[in-house]
Amino acid sequence: MTPDPRDTVLDHGLLAEGTFEPGEAPAGIRRAPTGIDQLATEHLIVNVGPQHPSTHGVLRIVAELDGEEIVNAEAAVGYLHRGIEKLGEHRRYHQLATLMDRGDYVSGIHGELAAALAVERLMEIEVPRKAQWLRCLMSELNRIASHMVWYGTFGLDIGAMGQFLYAMRDREAILDILEEVTGQRMMFNYVRPGGVLEDLPAGTEEKIRAFLRTIDGYLDEHDALLGGNEIFLKRVRGVGTIDRETALSFGLTGANLRASGVPYDVRRDQPYAAYDELEFDVPVGATGDAHDRYLVRMEEMRQAVRMIRQCVDGMPEGEVMAKVPKVLRPPAGEIYACVESSRGELGVHLVSDGSDTPERFHYRGPSLFAMQVLEEIMPGTLFADGMMLIGSVDVVLGEIDR
Amino acid sequence: MTGPLAIIVPVLAAIGLMLLNGVVLIYMLRKVLGHLHLRIGPAHVGPKGMLQTVADVLKLLSKEDVRPAGVDRWLYVLAPIFVFAPSLMAYAAIPFSETLRITRLETGLLYTFAVLSLVPLGMIMAGWASANKWSLIGAMRAAAQQIAYEVPLLLSVLPVVMIVGSLDLADIVAFQTGMWWGLVPRWFILLLLPSFVLFLIAALCELNQTPFDMSEAESELVAGFATEYSSMRFGLIFLAEFSNSFVMSALAVTVFFGGWTLPFVPESLTAPIAPIIFVAKTYIGIFFLMWVRGTLPRVRIDQLMNLGWKWLIPAGLAWLMIVGFVVKLAAPGGVV
Repeated sequence: MTPDPRDTVLDHGLLAEGTFEPGEAPAGIRRAPTGIDQLATEHLIVNVGPQHPSTHGVLRIVAELDGEEIVNAEAAVGYLHRGIEKLGEHRRYHQLATLMDRGDYVSGIHGELAAALAVERLMEIEVPRKAQWLRCLMSELNRIASHMVWYGTFGLDIGAMGQFLYAMRDREAILDILEEVTGQRMMFNYVRPGGVLEDLPAGTEEKIRAFLRTIDGYLDEHDALLGGNEIFLKRVRGVGTIDRETALSFGLTGANLRASGVPYDVRRDQPYAAYDELEFDVPVGATGDAHDRYLVRMEEMRQAVRMIRQCVDGMPEGEVMAKVPKVLRPPAGEIYACVESSRGELGVHLVSDGSDTPERFHYRGPSLFAMQVLEEIMPGTLFADGMMLIGSVDVVLGEIDR
Repeated sequence: MTGPLAIIVPVLAAIGLMLLNGVVLIYMLRKVLGHLHLRIGPAHVGPKGMLQTVADVLKLLSKEDVRPAGVDRWLYVLAPIFVFAPSLMAYAAIPFSETLRITRLETGLLYTFAVLSLVPLGMIMAGWASANKWSLIGAMRAAAQQIAYEVPLLLSVLPVVMIVGSLDLADIVAFQTGMWWGLVPRWFILLLLPSFVLFLIAALCELNQTPFDMSEAESELVAGFATEYSSMRFGLIFLAEFSNSFVMSALAVTVFFGGWTLPFVPESLTAPIAPIIFVAKTYIGIFFLMWVRGTLPRVRIDQLMNLGWKWLIPAGLAWLMIVGFVVKLAAPGGVV
């Protein structure tokens, strides 16, 4: 059977569905449109991703364009699906951290911490105070590293290139510290049920202090390089506004929610680790546009620096690991534990049947919700804005698809 | 030289210059961007990575020539040539010194702009022929951008033409030789600063340079109109881009920065090294373009259009009228 040339044209998405009449074409060969009238009044449907320079991984957005304007946008996910939740049901509780690392791979410590908190609460393990402080320290270091990735790629989405490498310089300094402490640069496997892997090695504290000495100046530099640029401000102000109600109804958390004026921060409202002992402010935006999301994240980095200072100065002495059995068998029951990851409320829902593997393991990734709001804010903007908005909500595909 | 040789030698020289420029500029771009970005750029192929571009050219030449199914065959093949050829032609009128040039044209300035304005035609062809939506959007942007910025670009040099009274690039340079009151160089950048600002913005746009690199905005359109091109076809497009920035920078040097002359230095000293002075000035201009490229974000297409139509063109017209009145009042019989 010879294929219908019309099918080949439509299947390959050469044109928006509808009016194109291909006429005589050799079987199986697609043809370019031959006349201007065939394209003139049609909307163009473009697949942004999964292979596209600015979709932050393998996000695919099917956008319907009227000229330069996005009329409709639909996010298609699943290209990075690894079945993490199902895998979790076949792993022992200690091994969940490894899976969580590969969820939001840009801020792995937060994922590990959420899983560890869930297990600890289920088993009622008392975590040593020093471990709590180390968890805070590592969380905040990781938060800055993660926000630096966001800052760099956000600029790339707007077409600037310089700030990306400046952001990588700062991230590199943090990754060096994290590597010294955990042995890894991304998949840390550091936070475990009952505490953390190890204390800070000798010399790391000085390294962190050296980082703290430079980072304030560097953050100002970032604010000047990108944040103070007139072109940047013209691009982000008033674009992609998420109002308070929309933000709440979409289940946004983290900086995206706070930029819309809702001061919800898990660290402050449901304190975990040592956050109730640390002093920090929760920055809140006014209008919820892309610029507010930028400002909130930049301020979060400053607050993180502030917390790291407190952690280094006030680090208590003692054990870093509670006495926990080699094989964890939490009592039957279920628990939800959440942390404030770099992207928002990262939650782990565990159902235990008393065996050494979870009955059900669910992972609430804040990026999934942030991605869905894109469908709401992208229509009506220009195509270039659409790309900028993907950057502005800061999604990580590892935790959308898991 | 007489006869056919008089035509062939300058043309070959132009091609040679263009290729050499391409190789040097690509290396320079990588090094400049590298150091702007806290990197070191190419470092391994050859001393200080100098042979990196050569290696890349060899790679481009030896790559398989892929023509995707579904492209418009003739347009697809012709488009890189249409992008490349005007860039080459644009070298024709540029005066490297009083004597060194390919040809002397009485309408040199107009000719160079006219030829450069053909480049987007090739881009539109490439975008249309590729049967790729990114290419198509990139090509549409190129067309819109081209129309919006051609006008202010020409408006920006018209005051110069009014004052000099000639479209010949050599005359424009000759006018700028020497000093006013023995102190101030007679460069047009000092006399007509608003013109230069207009020229700079319009030229960045004309070159598809950051912050106006709409038609190949890599974070939006993958590679814009060049998305479907690979191997040496891409090489030609790439080369043309670098060549255009050389030509535009050379124009800026000629029109606003006194061409091959230097202020404060007697002409007897500068005359023997005039081409070197000219190329050095041009490369400083290109360095500036690269600096901008490594720093600024990209504007949005509607902002670009607004800037062009609502600000630059009216500003250009207003400035043209001001200069016209002053020229008429100050020198009713002409300046020269």
